[in-house]
Amino acid sequence: MSAPTPVDALREAAADGVDFDGLRATRDGDDFRLAVPDASYAGLSPAEFADAVREHRAYAENWLFWHGHAPQADDAWAFLRWVERAADLSVPERYERLGDGGMTREWGQVAVTARLTDDGRRRYDLRHADEADADPDDLSTYADPHETRRLRKFDDNGDYRPLSTAPTLRHGWALADLDPGAAVRAVEGFYPATIANWHREREGTLDVTHWHETVSRQTGIYGVVQTWDRGEGHEHVNWVAEACCDDSQCCKRREWEYDDETPLDIPGGDGVFPCREPCSLVVATARTWTRIEAEQSHTYSFDLTPSEKAQIETIINAVADGRVDEIRDGDTSDGANRFRARFLRAKLFDDDGNLCGVPTEGEST
Amino acid sequence: MSEALLIVAHGSHLNPRSSAPAQDHADTIRTAGAFDEVREAYWKEEPSLRNALRTVTADEVYVVPLFVSEGYFTEEVIPRELRLDFDAADWDSDGTSADFVTRAPADVDKPVHYCGPVGTHDAMTDVMVRRAETVTGDPDVGAGAGLAVVGHGTKRNENSAKAVQYHADRVRSRGRFDEVRALFMDEAPEIDDVTDHFESDDIVVVPLFIADGYHTQEDIPADMGIAADGGYAVPTRLDGHDIWYAGAIGTEALLADVILERAADAGADIAPDRTRVVAGGD
Repeated sequence: MSAPTPVDALREAAADGVDFDGLRATRDGDDFRLAVPDASYAGLSPAEFADAVREHRAYAENWLFWHGHAPQADDAWAFLRWVERAADLSVPERYERLGDGGMTREWGQVAVTARLTDDGRRRYDLRHADEADADPDDLSTYADPHETRRLRKFDDNGDYRPLSTAPTLRHGWALADLDPGAAVRAVEGFYPATIANWHREREGTLDVTHWHETVSRQTGIYGVVQTWDRGEGHEHVNWVAEACCDDSQCCKRREWEYDDETPLDIPGGDGVFPCREPCSLVVATARTWTRIEAEQSHTYSFDLTPSEKAQIETIINAVADGRVDEIRDGDTSDGANRFRARFLRAKLFDDDGNLCGVPTEGEST
Repeated sequence: MSEALLIVAHGSHLNPRSSAPAQDHADTIRTAGAFDEVREAYWKEEPSLRNALRTVTADEVYVVPLFVSEGYFTEEVIPRELRLDFDAADWDSDGTSADFVTRAPADVDKPVHYCGPVGTHDAMTDVMVRRAETVTGDPDVGAGAGLAVVGHGTKRNENSAKAVQYHADRVRSRGRFDEVRALFMDEAPEIDDVTDHFESDDIVVVPLFIADGYHTQEDIPADMGIAADGGYAVPTRLDGHDIWYAGAIGTEALLADVILERAADAGADIAPDRTRVVAGGD
């Protein structure tokens, strides 16, 4: 059985009334009515109704797509509507853009393009946002949307990405010509659960679990993280958020705070989709901090030249900003240059690796 | 009523191979069309267990833990993170007999059928035998050969060893292998002395682990003394025996059928011709 035409489908649906994206159609016996924003028709026979629908074909095709072809799950539906800015643009405006190169929006680092094919179907293309204009021949094209679960695993250097939403999505791939359901699956493969939580947020039902509640729930080897909250403020969680949840480290927008009465002092970021609770990486990392932050501070004396102090700060910044691989061997003006670091070590470390020969408190010398 | 399968696994922040079995088996089951929807969720990867149920569209969900034994994860972590009102006693298990319970989660409005882990399902015994066949390349392997089922073993969870012993006993009762032993990394009898436990020339060693990682690729080969050049040869000659080391059983394709068996036991409406999705499954 072939798929119903927009005319047939709309004639069928008119009996219950249609009111969608500016298209209205009703039927009372053999008396059809049709209206779009700039035209309305009443007293139409079935044949006249068919002619009127063909006259405003984009509206009818648009209605049929969203009710017959698009995934009907609320979150997937809302996501695909967002891709083509259905809330902001009229059907003719969208159809013009969808038919002329398509409409693209960025979801994290993934560019999702919706477009109309010659036979009036919507199809979706996914690429890395940096490669929206790349020659398709330069990209590896994947047909199976589930393959994105594997594409997300490694960055451009082949390093494992335990955090799917780290802004290190690899380049060089494309998914082309996906049907709407496959497009949603592919996006979910790159960024799991982001569509569901984004949709909940838009509906006002996102269930945010804040830091304190999250760590209080932990057991086993992570149970210790509970002890880091000592009722002495939330500065330690500010540091966690600044370290882990900054836009430079994660594409999600942090919505969780210390608890529901205590916001953190760090911005949540500008990501399109929300982060509704501290993730497993944050909890695992917090376990390390819980241990080392339990230590007492000691006063150490080091003799450093101003340049040496500045160099240590430069090295910490270079590691924290992921800049180490970019520093050229010949660029000795950069304090985090390998030769500069080796010189500092040669000069300032003793045979046991102690800075300026000062033993670390609590370690055997 | 549409049905979804949700495979839940540990995952890792360090080892990219940790999630490979869950992904591969999910693909096998999806391709076979055995469920309307097939999803995965992880403790350490994404989607997290906390966010998993909301990624499911279907009307009800069969949750199958891709874990080798009952214990901390199946009894505490997974139900807690999925927001199921569950107590380990609900399974009424002797340590290897958990089948399923049905619960309404706090997270989404649909029934969740929470199944016991794949590792303790009877069908896992078939996977072990299959693994022995594939690693030796001998579909009739058994006569003249010994089989070592290897578990992590931990004093914190007696069920860890029970699952290993359970399958070793089941393989032994079939009379196919001359000798069958349950051996462990962290408790006696230990895998270190593997050749002490066998008289057979050929010893097939099958670790009851889900994913290949540090334990299966480095620890156990090193403990046995077959590690060489960052890997191990199959077979490796050791103390007058040939050691056929199989790597993690969780990567065996036939495991997809155990996942389906778990869901079917819990009432999943899987078409009879789809319950065996792996070619050659017996």
